[in-house]
Amino acid sequence: MSDQPASPAPRPGAAFWAVLRREFAGFFRTPLAYVFLAVFNAFAISLAFFIGNIYEAGVASLDRFFLYHPWLWAFLAPAAGARLWAEERRQGTLELLLTWPVTVWQAALGKFFAAWLFLGCALLITLPMAFTVCYLGDPDVGVIVSGYVGSFLCAGACLGIAAIASALTRSQVIAFVTGFLACFVLVLVGYGVFDELLSGVFSSGTVDEIRRLGLWRNLEPFTLGLIDLRPTAYFLTVAFAGLGLSTLIVERR
Amino acid sequence: MALIEVSQLQKSFGAIHAVKNVSFSVDRGEVVGFLGPNGAGKSTTMKLLTGYLRPDAGTAIVAGFDVVENPVAAKAHLGYSPEGAPAYGEMTVREFLRFAAELRGLADPAQRVADTLKLCRLEEVAGQSVDTLSKGYRMRVGFAQAVIHDPAVLILDEPTDGLDPNQKFEVRRILKDMAARKAVIVSTHILEEVDELCTRVIVIAQGEVRCDESKERFLQRGADLNQVFRKLTA
Repeated sequence: MSDQPASPAPRPGAAFWAVLRREFAGFFRTPLAYVFLAVFNAFAISLAFFIGNIYEAGVASLDRFFLYHPWLWAFLAPAAGARLWAEERRQGTLELLLTWPVTVWQAALGKFFAAWLFLGCALLITLPMAFTVCYLGDPDVGVIVSGYVGSFLCAGACLGIAAIASALTRSQVIAFVTGFLACFVLVLVGYGVFDELLSGVFSSGTVDEIRRLGLWRNLEPFTLGLIDLRPTAYFLTVAFAGLGLSTLIVERR
Repeated sequence: MALIEVSQLQKSFGAIHAVKNVSFSVDRGEVVGFLGPNGAGKSTTMKLLTGYLRPDAGTAIVAGFDVVENPVAAKAHLGYSPEGAPAYGEMTVREFLRFAAELRGLADPAQRVADTLKLCRLEEVAGQSVDTLSKGYRMRVGFAQAVIHDPAVLILDEPTDGLDPNQKFEVRRILKDMAARKAVIVSTHILEEVDELCTRVIVIAQGEVRCDESKERFLQRGADLNQVFRKLTA
């Protein structure tokens, strides 16, 4: 190689973009990504049709389609997020990555946004559903758009939780199961049965506060066409708190 | 100033005192052989020096940058291949090196990758995924990512471990070619490697430096290097 001096410190953005590109492409390196996209699409549509009876309802709206998205994200965001850090630990590449000129935060942001983008792709593949509704009826397009925005934010929140689970272990299976369980609790919060269970322990005021933490409770306004500050802040807080906490866990290795 | 300056480095894991007051420095042109039994603290010292672990006390300075206070600048001047040469198995060799070049923000990453593939004789497996490579090639991939940016400081944790004699010869040849312009630390179990590759020897046992001297002085300690090693590390 040439006699030029050692490379200077890289541009701050270079490492972030390099990690983001690698991670995003990494999803498509294995057949798992395509299975994931197919499963998401199949479930999103069949839940809306067979359980949500979206067709029989006779209304040109996607609210019954988005109704099941917290369930889907609770399962699939941990599936996509399990590899974020667990795989680095298992392969021993964490030591490599963190001895390259990149801060843990740059690497964590690159990884997180790559996974979030991947979940966004899964969501985009369901767009024919929206086109079908537009073809069959005359829906409010703004409501559909806000539903998609809400679902994407909900995916980010579940991914934040998955990132923490992934940072804690070197096993993707353990990362997935713990991530899923944590997200599952957030799905249950706000459902009648769960509320009854809670009201046996807490006062009604406290139960009401806890209900606000449920995923559906926060996604619902989006499916009605409302992009409110409070649910938006909720999803972003969970997403970025998860990102931050997982980064701190990796940093304390 | 030396390219590597290690001063009073300490690291404990719970009750285990893995590195105790380790100090040494390495100048450009030196190839230091890091010797010691398993669990002696060699790898931990390397992990401290490369910024992967944080020391409990002491400092490590690489190319003038403190690895704790200015880690990104220190790491930009550092090439490191951890034990077992980990790599992203699902990527091809070319993709992996390209990622390393881009992450380091190197100008003309494609050219750097091509040069490094040639230097490390990896051209024929460039399109293969790392997972499918033999151990010899994997070790060379680990070496390649460590030298892709032509760093001033090179730290290699057992780079010839598990290689056949021809592969060992190959890795040593590449190392010797570039050693004059760098400060190199190589940990090894293979005592013959000292004579063939190193200019200096540091023996570590129980987290302490037991000996730090030129290769010539080390070789004068006795005809049987195994015996010398046992005596120093007892």
